[in-house]
Amino acid sequence: MDVALVFTVGVFFAVSIYLMLSKHIIRILLGVSIFSNAVNLTIFSAGRLLGEMPPIIPIDADTPSQTTANPLPQALVLTAIVIAFSIFAFLLVLAFRAYQEIGTDDTDEMRVAEPKGNELPPLGY
Amino acid sequence: MRTLIFRTIAPYLASLMVLFSIFVLLRGHNEPGGGFIAGLIAASAFAIYGIACGVSPVRRAIYFHPMTISGIGLLSAASAGLMSIFAGTPFLTGLWAPIDVLGVHVDLSSVLLFDVGVYLVVLGSLTSIALGLEEREERI
Amino acid sequence: MAVETEYTADLSGAMVLEPVPLADWLVVAPVAIPLVVGGILLVARRETRMHGWLAAGGLLATLVCTVLLLMRVLEQGIVVMTMGRWLPPFGISFVADPLGASFAVAGTLVAVVCAFYATSDIGTVGRRYGYYALLILMMAGVNGAFLTGDMFNLYVWFEVFLISSFGLLVMGSERRQLDGATKYAILNLIGTTFFLIATAYLYGIFGTLNMADVARKAGDLRDTAPLMTLTVLYLLAFAMKAAAFPVNFWLPASYHTPRIVTSALFGAVLTKVGIYGLLRTFGMLFPPELEILSVLIAWVAAATMILGIMGALAQTDIRRALGFVVISGIGIMLAGIAIGTPEGFAGTVFYALHSMIVLGALYLLAGVMNSLGGSYSLRDLGGLYAARPLIAAFALFLVLSIAGLPPASGLWPKVMLVQASLESGWSWLGFTILLTGFLTTVALGRVFILAIWRPLPENAEPIKAGMSPALGYGVLTALSLPMLIIGLYPDPVIGLAESAAGGLIDATTYIGTVFPEGAAQ
Repeated sequence: MDVALVFTVGVFFAVSIYLMLSKHIIRILLGVSIFSNAVNLTIFSAGRLLGEMPPIIPIDADTPSQTTANPLPQALVLTAIVIAFSIFAFLLVLAFRAYQEIGTDDTDEMRVAEPKGNELPPLGY
Repeated sequence: MRTLIFRTIAPYLASLMVLFSIFVLLRGHNEPGGGFIAGLIAASAFAIYGIACGVSPVRRAIYFHPMTISGIGLLSAASAGLMSIFAGTPFLTGLWAPIDVLGVHVDLSSVLLFDVGVYLVVLGSLTSIALGLEEREERI
Repeated sequence: MAVETEYTADLSGAMVLEPVPLADWLVVAPVAIPLVVGGILLVARRETRMHGWLAAGGLLATLVCTVLLLMRVLEQGIVVMTMGRWLPPFGISFVADPLGASFAVAGTLVAVVCAFYATSDIGTVGRRYGYYALLILMMAGVNGAFLTGDMFNLYVWFEVFLISSFGLLVMGSERRQLDGATKYAILNLIGTTFFLIATAYLYGIFGTLNMADVARKAGDLRDTAPLMTLTVLYLLAFAMKAAAFPVNFWLPASYHTPRIVTSALFGAVLTKVGIYGLLRTFGMLFPPELEILSVLIAWVAAATMILGIMGALAQTDIRRALGFVVISGIGIMLAGIAIGTPEGFAGTVFYALHSMIVLGALYLLAGVMNSLGGSYSLRDLGGLYAARPLIAAFALFLVLSIAGLPPASGLWPKVMLVQASLESGWSWLGFTILLTGFLTTVALGRVFILAIWRPLPENAEPIKAGMSPALGYGVLTALSLPMLIIGLYPDPVIGLAESAAGGLIDATTYIGTVFPEGAAQ
């Protein structure tokens, strides 16, 4: 199970980095989305896959009776999903608006904020 | 997208989803569920209603501006944390107030208030994004 | 659900049972106050007239709390509060040490001044849009990042201020802003995702996310665990956030596009959070790894300094030039981290505090100059000295301050850094710092000469009435006065920076405060 998870994480990272190397915003965004999922799986595997028992301690005991699943990575992954989801929603809106206004999603041509042929400051007065 | 069937069903579907979201919110107290997922369900309810019937009916229906809903959520979540200042416990400690209403035992807690806050924040901010996108679609 | 309690467990091993003194709440206040005020601003979004004063008032209250917190930290030592009554490392700790508390004070000071400046810069539409709510929520995120004692929580606060900064950046939705914001948002998101990867490995290796817990366990795991990989990932993530050289290109692409008050806040505060993260991870958690990486960091620092300031030399737009000045300042702070001695760290801390205030002031000065001259371009500005001599005096003071010349506060951290570099065999790094100071004088001295000293160009617009002089002068005074005082009496701040650096390098007090029952466990 661990090995399968590790391979999945590897494939996810590879795919996402390949996509993020593109110069089209929409591909970069797809890459970013897969990237954050790869990280979520990394967190999940970092917490070790221990067992399927829910981590609930019986009422008459102080420690769980057998090995339970680790609850913390799930909380971390949930937080990361929430954050990634909200930022991704924002990025989609932003990319869409930028595409409408600038008319391209090619990062090489997005030079509105830093135009080419930037004139130098005056050399004297 | 605005077929007759969709437009007829959408209001019922949306109200059912909002109801379900509240169920999921309260269920999240002890079982799978919770504020975030419930907020997502409610936001998608408004998004569906918006796709079917246009954005302005949604804005009328929810009465408050979505960001105001988020603000209320933020305030209730923050106040759930700040309540513990009166109990002499650290920030965000869960406080409980069991009460009996009409013979039913209810455990009121700051945890629930926090979860309601999360629900409203998610609902407000995502509805605001979804409606913003749909509005732009209409204009084009 | 509250269980019917016939059964009682012994909670003393897991929970804080004694009541928490009210004074400990100062640790949470710099985060809680902005969050509450942000919520109120969102609810009252129609009452746009109140927004500015509400936000400025909330930030002032936050500033008072951070100052009280810093005083308490200096008097009685580190203050800790662990959320939800759980004992650390199970609960998330908020820890105020001299480093975090002093950064919070400086950042909040700039935010207060920016909030006042924004009352003239941000119109009703911007307020409706939620400008002040985003501003104050961003400060909640920044203060949370400075005060948290938990790695994952640090990531969450990073994202809180990041998403608020996205909102601030695109306000207005001009084409330039959308272009800049797209690059800023995507690259910063990738940077914080690297941070998250590193934190996942941290958790996998240590089984804990509490910084104090990591610090006390790092020694035992050093031989067996891949701490070097972890450290390099953190270096990449924080360097990206701080805009260090090979990963800095999002900053010049975006920082000149939003409203000037937004630029001021970003340039002053946001990159310093990356520096704070580097100080925290390298100084406290992984010092031996820092020693191995120090040559790499030194080269990165030198490249960031020199290339940053050369970028500033080539710019006509003052805001774009200032963006590059922000980058070269990051290089100077990285130099202190590369040196790695207590003196180097102290220099970095002092420089970061100074840099927050001076960069905020410089951007706001650019805003004042724009309101008078109607442009940010060095080709169109001029004649400000004849029209507003007092503005010229402020400008000269700020140029001296950023270049590291007396009487302003910029002198002392550079002296500390150069001294530290000479003492520990990094003399070329010290020389680079001095060279950067010289180039900064040239770059910003030219801005001063062209925009202020020279007479008005013939085809330029005449000097306008501009913004309310009381506000303009007030804002500049509020930021220049602390710099002047620090410049003339640097001892308290040098002492503060040294105690912050000492607390990082010898973390036993930090660990002992978070885990009072003994660090041996």
